[in-house]
Amino acid sequence: MVDKLARIVTEELNVWYGAHQALKSISLKVEANEILGIIGPANSGKSTFLQVLNRLIDLKPQTRVSGRILIDNQEIFGANIDVEALRRKIGMIFALPIPLPMSIFDNIAYGPRRNGIKKKSMLEEIVEESLKAAYLWDEVKDRLSDSGLNLSGGQQQRLCIARTLALKPEVILFDEPCSGLDPVSTGKVEEAMLELKKNYTLVLVTNNTKQASRVADRTAFFLMGELIEINNTQEMFTVPRDKRTEDYISGRFG
Amino acid sequence: MKKLSPKITQKIVFSLLSLATLLAMVPVVLIVLIIIKNGLGAINWEFLTTAPRNGMREGGILPAIVGTFCLVTGAVVFAVPVGVFAAIYLNEYAKKNWLTRLIRLAIINLAGVSSVVYGLFGLGLFVIFLKFGASILAGAMTLAIMNLPVIITATREALANVPQSFREVSLSLGASKWQTIWHVVLPNAIPGILTGIILEISRAAGETAPILFTVAAFYLPGFPTSVFDQVMALPMHLYAISTQIPNIGLDVRYGTALVLLGVVLGVNSVVIIIRARLRRRQKW
Repeated sequence: MVDKLARIVTEELNVWYGAHQALKSISLKVEANEILGIIGPANSGKSTFLQVLNRLIDLKPQTRVSGRILIDNQEIFGANIDVEALRRKIGMIFALPIPLPMSIFDNIAYGPRRNGIKKKSMLEEIVEESLKAAYLWDEVKDRLSDSGLNLSGGQQQRLCIARTLALKPEVILFDEPCSGLDPVSTGKVEEAMLELKKNYTLVLVTNNTKQASRVADRTAFFLMGELIEINNTQEMFTVPRDKRTEDYISGRFG
Repeated sequence: MKKLSPKITQKIVFSLLSLATLLAMVPVVLIVLIIIKNGLGAINWEFLTTAPRNGMREGGILPAIVGTFCLVTGAVVFAVPVGVFAAIYLNEYAKKNWLTRLIRLAIINLAGVSSVVYGLFGLGLFVIFLKFGASILAGAMTLAIMNLPVIITATREALANVPQSFREVSLSLGASKWQTIWHVVLPNAIPGILTGIILEISRAAGETAPILFTVAAFYLPGFPTSVFDQVMALPMHLYAISTQIPNIGLDVRYGTALVLLGVVLGVNSVVIIIRARLRRRQKW
């Protein structure tokens, strides 16, 4: 059964970096337990969109956000929002895997520890669970005290996924998670994403339109900060409604 | 004129570069060699473990060694926390605007202020106004203030060298800003901070002017019992025996210089070893 509950709703979302408008009046919904793919050429505002959702945009100087973003009916730029709790709920996987310079175990326990979990047995349980869910457990279970930096690129990216899962998030944002990976590692990450969909809501920004067609349930096409089209992936890739979408996915520009 | 071939240009540039390196090394090597050659004869057990005798012409220099240790320790204890916290504030919290740029400029300029000015400042503030008298406390604080710009600048650079992506990752995992600084930024900045501390130790141990009015005693054969006591210090002692005591053996002066060199190298090497260990762990 597919639950059509909307987890994330943006209404007339605008973002400016200084004088440059990066997102123009974006209104869309992300439904529970779906993978929403976001495609579009460089500088179309895809990554900005993700950064707004868990408020990492706060780190960028001179940004301005207007419009409404509701996550489970809660306004995330509201006055009494707990930003740290929001970021635990809305996990983020970056384009380049960035393990913190510490052991595999400490990387995954980092989030839970900062959230106040101190008990060793509890942390061990979380680490094992998270690594299993990210399909990395078998490869690293004997060397959890090794540096996370010694893993291969694909393993590092799954480590980052496990690290995010350790937060017990509800939504996971993927910002071009496979841009630096070889096809085999990409396959493993995609496999993990399809499995994660059962328990989480995923938003996947990707430069690889084929990847969106492989894993996304619905796909949104961004161009120059505007949302051109959002539709079921299959429909969008077979009968795009907008000429620009058709040009982009058939590789005529971008 | 015919242009030189790239290969010849390269050879000329390389020779110039290595010549410059050589020129930079020669004075250092010469200083160390001359001090060792002239001073080694004076170094013996008595020299290192007793107080000066006979108008400082004989005996040892232990009170000055102890005094220098006290001053260096005191200067590190006062300067490191204040300097590191100020650098964290400036680098991680303060908004980048004209005021913080002005503060940064002021701090860099403070590093260039002559050390005798710090000595007079310490005399005015600590010795007279705060009534510490000429004491370890006043001297160590004066040295600390003199070294704050170095510590702040080194720490800021170390913090700025920690990749921004680590901060983003930490925050994205629900850590607060302070947790991010404490658990991710600072541990990776420590080697750079230690470099600042090494520079501070060397300067605090070697400077004469800042301690001249604030702590250093001409001749004080005992040991300090509280932070309000005066002490002898190696650079001051060297200055005193070289200019104020007639008919003193050359080897005593060079011996004192050698001990000063040894103390600085000894303390620094401890910090350098710690830094090397941390660096081996650190890679990204």
